[in-house]
Amino acid sequence: MMYATRARQARPELFDDRPTIGERLGLARMDWLLTFAAVGLIGFSVLTLGQATTHDVPGSPNYYVDRQAIYGVAGIVGMFVLSRIDYSRFRELRVGIYTFLCVSIALVFVFGFAARGSRRAFEFPMFSFQPSELGKLLLVLALAGFVIDGARRGSPIRRTIRYLALGLAPAALVFLQPDLGTSMVLVVGTLAVMYFGGVPWTHFAVISGAIAALIALVLVVAPAVGHPVLHEYQQQRLTSFLHPSAEPGGAGYQQDQSMVAIGAGQKTGRGDQATQTRLDFVPERSTDFIFAVIGERYGFVGAAFVLSLYALLIWRALRIVTLSKNRYGILIAGGIAVELLFQVFVNVGMNLGIMPITGIPLPMMSYGGSSVLATFLAIGVLQSINIQARLSRQGRFAW
Amino acid sequence: MYLRPEDRARPNRMALRIAVVGGVGVALFAVLFFRLWSLQIIDGAENLAQAKNNRTRSTKIVAPRGKILARNGEVLVDNRTSLALQVDTSKLPADEAARNAELKQIGGLVHMTLPKVLKRIEEEQKVVAAGAPITVRNDVGYQLIYYIEEHPGKFPGVTVERVFVRNYPQEEEAANVLGHAGEVSEEELESGPYVNLEPGEIVGKEGIEYTYDKYLRGTPGTSRYQVNALGEPTPGGKLTSTPPIPGKNLKLTINPAVQRAGEAALAERGLPGAFVSMNIHTGQILGIGSSPTFDPTVWTKPLSNKEAELFFESEVSPLFNRATESAYPTGSTYKLMTALAGLENGYITGSTVVDDNGYIELGTQKFENSEGAVNGPISLVHALEVSSDVYFYKLGARMWDTPDLQDWSHKMGIGVPTGIDIPDGFDGLVPSKKWRDELFEHEPPLTDRPWSQGDDVQLAVGQGDLQTDPLQMAIAYAALGNGGTIVTPHLGMEVMDAAGRVLREIEPGPRRHVNIAPESRQLIMEGLHLATSGPGGTATPVFAEFPIEIAGKTGTAERVGHGNQSWFISLAPYPNPNIVTVVTIEEGGFGAESAAPANKQILEAYFHHDIEKENEEKTEVAEGAYGEELPLEEAETGEGG
Repeated sequence: MMYATRARQARPELFDDRPTIGERLGLARMDWLLTFAAVGLIGFSVLTLGQATTHDVPGSPNYYVDRQAIYGVAGIVGMFVLSRIDYSRFRELRVGIYTFLCVSIALVFVFGFAARGSRRAFEFPMFSFQPSELGKLLLVLALAGFVIDGARRGSPIRRTIRYLALGLAPAALVFLQPDLGTSMVLVVGTLAVMYFGGVPWTHFAVISGAIAALIALVLVVAPAVGHPVLHEYQQQRLTSFLHPSAEPGGAGYQQDQSMVAIGAGQKTGRGDQATQTRLDFVPERSTDFIFAVIGERYGFVGAAFVLSLYALLIWRALRIVTLSKNRYGILIAGGIAVELLFQVFVNVGMNLGIMPITGIPLPMMSYGGSSVLATFLAIGVLQSINIQARLSRQGRFAW
Repeated sequence: MYLRPEDRARPNRMALRIAVVGGVGVALFAVLFFRLWSLQIIDGAENLAQAKNNRTRSTKIVAPRGKILARNGEVLVDNRTSLALQVDTSKLPADEAARNAELKQIGGLVHMTLPKVLKRIEEEQKVVAAGAPITVRNDVGYQLIYYIEEHPGKFPGVTVERVFVRNYPQEEEAANVLGHAGEVSEEELESGPYVNLEPGEIVGKEGIEYTYDKYLRGTPGTSRYQVNALGEPTPGGKLTSTPPIPGKNLKLTINPAVQRAGEAALAERGLPGAFVSMNIHTGQILGIGSSPTFDPTVWTKPLSNKEAELFFESEVSPLFNRATESAYPTGSTYKLMTALAGLENGYITGSTVVDDNGYIELGTQKFENSEGAVNGPISLVHALEVSSDVYFYKLGARMWDTPDLQDWSHKMGIGVPTGIDIPDGFDGLVPSKKWRDELFEHEPPLTDRPWSQGDDVQLAVGQGDLQTDPLQMAIAYAALGNGGTIVTPHLGMEVMDAAGRVLREIEPGPRRHVNIAPESRQLIMEGLHLATSGPGGTATPVFAEFPIEIAGKTGTAERVGHGNQSWFISLAPYPNPNIVTVVTIEEGGFGAESAAPANKQILEAYFHHDIEKENEEKTEVAEGAYGEELPLEEAETGEGG
């Protein structure tokens, strides 16, 4: 019985069946390119901050780089932890998540600490926390749950209106902080979840028309009749990219300086000669305008590398949308992917002078604990979707 | 795992939506990459240049203007440092009320009212470079620096700067020709002569400062340093600095002794007038002046209303240089031209005798000698000695329908540009047949009659419509003295560097040469010598005891609406002169009354070494032989018209 003997010999040992630590962590089923893109971006962020901000805080040259590194490590840990959790749990917790989201944003008005005329964050002894950053992820998780849950209730129009109301409520709260940029991300996240949730194209056409009308109303009509909705600085920032360098010191000037900085980097960058971003010509160089720092210091090579990492990140996110084993996964992966794409495009576009100044940070690149952490958690959710999809494909279901 | 239908992914419809998002993503990234490429690769060099320009500022370091020296090295003009209170208007509050409140405070520091400060800023803003600090007041005290430094933040944008201001150690000396320097004006930058300069530079405005500006003006240095976005210098950010190059020094031909004597002689008489003293061979001006004069320091501070009125509206403006810009008749001093025209064109010779019966009659007009003198039959030499008008009337009358007198006038430099190296306005006028007839034929006529014999008779004795100035007369007499060379009068002598090395000698050659027969020169020189030494010489009373022999001519010019203008022109020493000295004094009476004594004062200053030596010798002789020295005979006095 040669065959039987052979078959017995070939049977795997029990020892081998035991899952390795890697398998337990789901490492094998993670999207490694996505991880690479995320870790690469935070690494580049730490590198840039380390070289460009040594003189920003007198007496502590590593102020920004140390903190960003800690946020990055915490974010990576958070990503791994979240990737091991089955994201479907969040669907069950949607009401709690949504409530937490709205309450935490609302509480900022009461307990938040004001920075530059805007209340956005809670101040803790060691750090500050900005609920609206985490809100970008929480809203997607909750809203996707509501969309799945209410998929058969009411007419399509009623459903659309319900989704919009659920999404716009926290966005409106954030807008009132005031934080125009983050509220725009929340709106985009809402629309993305609705989009992947199957809201008819016609509804989107109507919504697009309404948004266009709203923009016209806010930017043109409201100031004209004397009831401006936006603060003057917001209005200026939004329109200044249309006529840059109008006056030195103004919003257009800042954007012009950012463009000059990036352009001056040329092919390979100016390194420590990067005067535009080193000598305060470009504002907010550790946060909103960090891409200008990269452009000037590392040139086209560095800036294109960073953009490529973002392209990779978003490609992998969209790929996870296609892999998801269920609609909930599609909705949250889609929402996260679109939010990331929107933030990257608006921020980099702002640095390059083709988008308005909206105060949207560059995910994982701009300095800021809340933003870094929230983005890594969102990527953790994407990993979770990926892992769950692989697991289910190995099982009975594979489509 | 079981999925309810609505929970199941629907690949087909979902694939489209995912593809749309993917397509949008690709498009957006394409836009970003293209934009990045455009900024960094296509326009990279341009952006880099702008970034470099962005981070540097340069400030100008003022270069001191060169000194102006007299020929013996005495400093006429140099610089002193002054403290100027300056305000950077961009750092003032934008709100008008707050701005005015601060300006009022700033004004209070230097005793200026707010309207005055505002007016000053408005005026300055027209001339200084945009964004440059504005000087509110010059010459503020040192204590102001301490006050401002002790109150940092109280006066944002206010600084006290060291600036160079022109300084005049010799006070009024040569003020009429030195001119002045000041901030270049808008018009000068736009339409010349200072088109290539930057606003705020100090340039020559008049006189020597203007003519020799290219030597006197230094080249400002610059200091480039790195700044941050607020324009604040960054630590260790000093990049390069070009030191300012001070202006070159200029040595003038002015002989201070002559200059002071001339100015003093005019000042003593207290009447408007002028003097010129010039080397007849080189054209170097040893002294030149005009009275009334002024203190040149007025240009270093804002003019008061009173000063402005005196300078720009008054008839006796000290700015008017009577030596080079006037339009005077010259009286008998003009007989030089008449005599030359007569001799050289063969109207007369040295032996031609004219009967001077005291007057001539031309139709209804009667021309008389001054004071009714009757000299009888006289030749040229004697006519010059006693200044017979009738001799020259008759000579003029003979030349009236020829251009001979006008030609010789122009040849000798009357009514033509002098070529002096300071701006002078009017070239003068030698009236001629053509000139008057054209005026008469003008519609409507600009004169009441055509050219007549009387016109040339008048011109022959320097009267009528003749308009000239002391400098032109000096050139004419110099030409007589040197045998026909029309020199270029000039004040600039040497351009020197700060160490005193001569970089350039200023030697404008003669403008032209006039052929004067030696006999003619001889005759006239003799006549002029006798005028100062002969028994009937018009200036003999003045120069009788003057130890240096000279040739000279008095003149008494009649000016409509004025008293007689006194002239005296000397060539010294006789017979081989090297200096010509012209003095004219408005309403000074006869030539011998005021101009001749003033002229003598100048000659005394010029020859004082020779005079001292002569006096010593005399004393020695007197000591050696008691009583042998006879007192000089009292010469008879006579006056010439």
